[in-house]
This record gives sequence, structure tokens and C-alpha cells, in this order.
Amino acid sequence: MFQAFLIKYGEIAIKGKNRHLFEDALVRQIRNALKAVEGEFKTYKTFGRIFVEGLSDFDSEEVIEALQKVFGIVGICPMRKVTEKNYDALKAEVLKYMDEVYPDKHRTFKVRCRRVDKGFPVDSMTMNCDLGDAILTAYPDFKVDVKNPEILLEVEVREEIYIYSDTIPGPGGMPVGVSGKAMLLLSGGIDSPVAGWMTAKRGVQVEAVYFHAPPYTSERAKQKVVDLAKKVAAYAGPIRLHVVNFTDIQLAIYEKCPHDELTIIMRRYMMRIAEHFAKADNAQALITGESIGQVASQTMYSLACTDDVCTMPVFRPLIAMDKIDIIEISEKIDTYETSILPFEDCCTIFVAKHPVTKPKVSVIRKSENRLNEVIDELMAKAIETTDILEVRADS
Amino acid sequence: MREIYLDNSATTRAYDEVREIVGQVMTGDYGNPSSLHLKGVEAEKYIKKSLEVISRALKCEDKEIFFTSGGTESDNLAIIGGAFASKRKGNHLITTKIEHPAVLNAMGFLETCGFEVTYLPVNREGIVTPEDVRNALREDTILVSTMHVNNEIGSVFPVEEIGTMLKKEAPRVLYHVDGVQAFGRYTLYPGRCGIDLYAFSGHKIHGPKGTGVLYVRDGVRLTPMIYGGGQQKGIRPGTENVPGIAGIGKAVELTVKHQKETFEKLREIKEHFTRELLKIDGVVINGPTGDKGAPHILNAGFSGVRAEVLLHSLEEDGIYVSSGSACASNHPGISETLKGIGVSDEYITSSIRFSFSEFTTMDEISETLESIKRLLPMLRKFRRF
Repeated sequence: MFQAFLIKYGEIAIKGKNRHLFEDALVRQIRNALKAVEGEFKTYKTFGRIFVEGLSDFDSEEVIEALQKVFGIVGICPMRKVTEKNYDALKAEVLKYMDEVYPDKHRTFKVRCRRVDKGFPVDSMTMNCDLGDAILTAYPDFKVDVKNPEILLEVEVREEIYIYSDTIPGPGGMPVGVSGKAMLLLSGGIDSPVAGWMTAKRGVQVEAVYFHAPPYTSERAKQKVVDLAKKVAAYAGPIRLHVVNFTDIQLAIYEKCPHDELTIIMRRYMMRIAEHFAKADNAQALITGESIGQVASQTMYSLACTDDVCTMPVFRPLIAMDKIDIIEISEKIDTYETSILPFEDCCTIFVAKHPVTKPKVSVIRKSENRLNEVIDELMAKAIETTDILEVRADS
Repeated sequence: MREIYLDNSATTRAYDEVREIVGQVMTGDYGNPSSLHLKGVEAEKYIKKSLEVISRALKCEDKEIFFTSGGTESDNLAIIGGAFASKRKGNHLITTKIEHPAVLNAMGFLETCGFEVTYLPVNREGIVTPEDVRNALREDTILVSTMHVNNEIGSVFPVEEIGTMLKKEAPRVLYHVDGVQAFGRYTLYPGRCGIDLYAFSGHKIHGPKGTGVLYVRDGVRLTPMIYGGGQQKGIRPGTENVPGIAGIGKAVELTVKHQKETFEKLREIKEHFTRELLKIDGVVINGPTGDKGAPHILNAGFSGVRAEVLLHSLEEDGIYVSSGSACASNHPGISETLKGIGVSDEYITSSIRFSFSEFTTMDEISETLESIKRLLPMLRKFRRF
């Protein structure tokens, strides 16, 4: 039914001299997304617009679904190609289009033509009137409304002629890759995948680190995190997932440090390890799924204690969000069902009954000193034995 | 890495002979038994052969055997199909609190249909007695369902006595036995001891997954749960799963052939394992020991260790077991079975089920004991708060 798609993008159109970089990134991401769709496509930019043209048979719904996961796209217009480039053929196709797409004709419309190919014999104004007239004659139930039409029928005369009238919303944001790279601390919970998704939406390429603690966490808990990374990768592109074996560090903390400070000290070591891998992969920031006050380790005091060990900026896109709103996004991006599977992650295995909620940096640092003898070796071993997986949406 | 598989009550490795016959049917004798031509006749031979083997094992007639998709479907067909077919006779069913979900949830469904269900508690030995059942009988009771061997602790229900009692005192009541954990260990001739319905599964006896059997005593009426082309007398229609039926037939044949020998071997394994486990501090055995319990299921509690953690630690050693009950405080679902036999809170989240098969060896048990002895002190050091 449709042969091509016009891609509308908002924010990136205003990026001044960098504009072509943003557009190229978007084209790249679109091509990437379409790799998973059956069929052959040509994606190109021309005069401030991006076109996706089908070179073979394809399923429109599948294409739209894929495009709706490409950050930077604001709208997707499915277009119909006029088979022959002449005015009679265009007129016939317009009538057919209006008939097929709008079975109920009791609606208002307006025709807007854009003649990019000036060699075409009829100019835009003439076409507007002429095509409008043809539609009214063929289907008298339609009415013209030039100010506020229900249907805006657009005709683009380029190398080929395209007709479209519908805009399907895209995800917005900016194309992944234009804003640098960041390392996400990914757990099996609801929050961190959402934090990763939100950051990717701003054009950031996301890598991830997961802390695995066998035998306290199971192979299934790890698989769950891989599955979550996969879901995020559907939007963010392939994700390098670092699976860190964290058990020994956790046990050392458990053995040597005050139990009410366990979580906070554990978080500090997670940040350190995440930052290590971030630097190694040239990422510029860390991402966590924390939001103020959600749990003891996410009070402002605790966040200050975790930030104390980081030299990179730590992005917390969920910081001021309520759980219910976070859940809403996780449902939208399809991570929720996976997140709520009941496998424990390493944050929940050794949790004190009454963890500190107002830890002091100085006190925590002092407690950490008790690990001095062993921690360097344990950190080195955790980093050395880390498993790196390339997680793709279709892997 | 070595693999010591001690989770045979979850599922078993198939016999090589089963794999062979299933493959042969899938690619060689793949006909539809309903077809009139030779291909169909050849396929039908496999079904006949399996019927013959199974009816010999249960000392029943071929026409009393129905093939299903597994234990769950067999239990469902027996209970739901039996209740609906007996609806005019009454409204009341009896079962126990420690049945498999295939039974409990079928009962739950019947409750939503207006039936009443009595759930009997088990005694300290993890069983119900014929007296317990007799006391629960009412004028309007139509069906009793109990398991033969409990899947968590291996308690053995006196199903022959219960059946005999029912036939004498309440002949109108249907008696269904879930034999999924028992078939291949205990010889039972359901038709001779008042059992009307008997269910078992293929994959627990080294057969293929997705296969099961329901014995339906001649004359017992069941309301079908699915409708189709009239195969299996319309009780369980649909083109027969010929590869699966051939597979479960082969599994029954071999299991029954080895039964006596296997039983002795497993009893020795269980006794040895029990003896050695009890030498370790803070280890208890949940459920019946010695001759009272099934020889292939051993449930042990390890104080101060969460079951899941021990399970995953053993997994790292290549040893596969099952946790006795759901563990973490945030998941409900503390085992009704363990609670029912009075296991204390200390052990209820610390229990592991070891289950054996004829492939299990004494060496594997020794290695498992070594792993446990090595892991326990380490795991006990790090307790949850």
C-alpha cells in the first residue's frame, strides 16, 4: 500500500552548522534499524528531509515499528508513489488514495503540493486547485477547509511523485551517537533500563555494566539482565555489556565493614568499577537509575557518598521521577515484564535491616579503610575476570 | 565440566533407545495413524505396541489407556473431566494440601465452577490415611484425588488401601491417583485396588517431554476437555503424538524391566546419602526415611544456608539439585508440604531436594557429599540478616 516514508525530525533541524552531522547520524540509525526488517530499502537525505524508499516488497507495519524505535524521528509519513510521472497518473492516484485511505468521506481536506522538480509542467498552486477540484467532483461528501483541515493531503513532486496525508509519531530525541558515550550501571530492576533508554534518547551511545554475584545470584538473574539490555538495544543500538563477578568484593565488605553501611560501600565499589570500564571504552559519563529517596542508598546523603568516588559526571535521569512514572516508561519500552521476574540481584542479597540513610562521606571512607589489605587485589581480579558481551536487539 | 544430575524428580535424561525410536517415527514412520494407507498402518503399529507395554505394566486393557501431553493434562482430564461427568451425582471433591499444582489448580478451577473441595492436611509422615479420607466423605462426594508419591519429600501414600476402602464404602466415588513420581518405582495395578484413574508422565521415566498417560478404568465416564476428530474415543482427540507415544512406550518398557534392580540400587544410594548427611552438623532430613519413603527422593535441610544459595553453589560444582521450597521472604509460596510435616522455620527456606534415577551412581553421591562438606562452612559464614 505504501512505497516510501518521509521522516520528520524536529530538534536536529535547528542545530546550525552541525546539522549535517545530526542528519547523517539519523540516516545511519535508520539504516541500522531497517536491517532487521525484511526487504531492501534506500535511506537518503535531500533538501532537509530524510526519505526511506522501499526497493522491494515489504510490510509497512514492520517498517513503521522499526522506525518508531529510532531516536531523532519526530514523525513518520507513509507515502504512496505515483507509478508514472505525469499529471494524469498523479490525478488518478490521488483519487484512488483518497478513496482507499478514507472510506468515510464526510471529512474536510486540503491539498498541498510541493514541486521540487521544476521541470514538471504544472506548478504547485495550479495543482492544489486542480486536484482539490478532482477530489470534490469524484467524492462530493468531502469538503474543503484550507484553514483547519482534518486531512492534509500532501503531494511531493521530485524525481518521483509521492502522496501522503498521515504522520505517525516517532520517539523524538536525538539520533544515538551524536552525544558521546556513557556507561550504564544496569541491574535487573525496573529503573536502570529506563535510565539507559532515556539517556540514549538524548543521542548518547550506551554501554552497560552488570554486577553478578554467584552463587548468591543465579544464572537466570544474569540472563534477565542480558534480556533487559536486549530490549534497550532495540532503541539504543548494540550494547557492550560488562558482566563483573562481584561476589568476592561483596563478601569482603560483608566481613570487614559495618553492616548498616554495606549497601553504600558496595555502591561505591560498583561506581569505581563502572568508571574503570567507562574510561577504558572512552565513555564520558556514568548513568544510574537512582531517584531521590527511593531506597536508603538513594537518599541525597547516600548519593553524595557514591559520587565521592567518581571523577566522571554521573547522570541520573530518573532523579526526580516517581516510581509510577518510571514504571509507565518501562511498560512503554517493554522492559517492565522482564524487570519484575523474581530473581535476586546482588543489591538485595546482603541488605541490612536498618541501613544508614544519612551516611557521612568521612565515616564511609574510614570504614572502607578496613578493606585496604585485600581490596586492590579483589578489584583487579573482578576487572580481569569480567565477561564482555555484545548485546544486540536481535541476538 | 562434570555433570552430576540429582534433579530427576524435575525431569530425567531420556534413554538412548527412546531418542532412537522417536527419531525413527519422526523421519521414517511419520504417517498419520488415521490414514487408510500403509504409512498410516505403520504409524499405528507404534501406538499398539506402546498400548501393549503400558497395559501390561498396569495389568489393564488397552482400551483403558489414553495418551496425553503429560502429567498435568492427565491430572486435569481425570479431575475436571471426572467431576463434570459426575456432576449429577454430587458436588464435592476431596484432595490433599500437598498435591502438585496440576491437581490443586484443577481443583481451584472446579471451585470457580461451583464445586466444593475439601483439602486434607497431611500427617507428620506427609500422607493421608484411608481413615482421613473416610472422615471427609459426604453424601455428595464424587471424586477423591491423591498423589501416590510426594514430589518434594518422597512420602508414599497408601493408595491401594484408600482405593479399597472407597470401593467398599463409597463405590460411587471416583478415585484418581497422581502417579507421576511413583510410576516405575512402585508396581500398582489400579483396576485391582479401586483406583479408577491413574496419571503418569513420560519425562520422569526417561521418556520424552510432552507425553503422558491416563489410565481410565473401563466404565468410568469422563467429559472431554478438548474436541476434535474423535481419536482416542473422543476422550482425548487430536492426531496422536506418535513419536511421543512410541517414546513413552519405550520408556515404560525399559523402566519396568529395570524396576526391581533400580529400586534396590536407589534405596542403597538414599540410605548411604542420608547416613552421611546426618553426620554433618545442622543437617536434618525432611520426610520419611528408610522403607517408608520413596527411594529416589531425599529432602534435606541445611541450617544457616539459604536453599537457593546452596543450590547455585552446587551448580558451580556441576551438581544439579532443586530447592525444597521457594525461598526469599519477598516471595510467598513456602512449601505446603514441608510446613505440613512440621518442618521448622529454620529449615523451611534451607531445604534441598536430591532426586535420583537409575543413571545415578554411588560415586556421584560421594562427590556430592564432598562438595556439600566443603561449601557449607563457607556459606554459613555469610548469613543474611
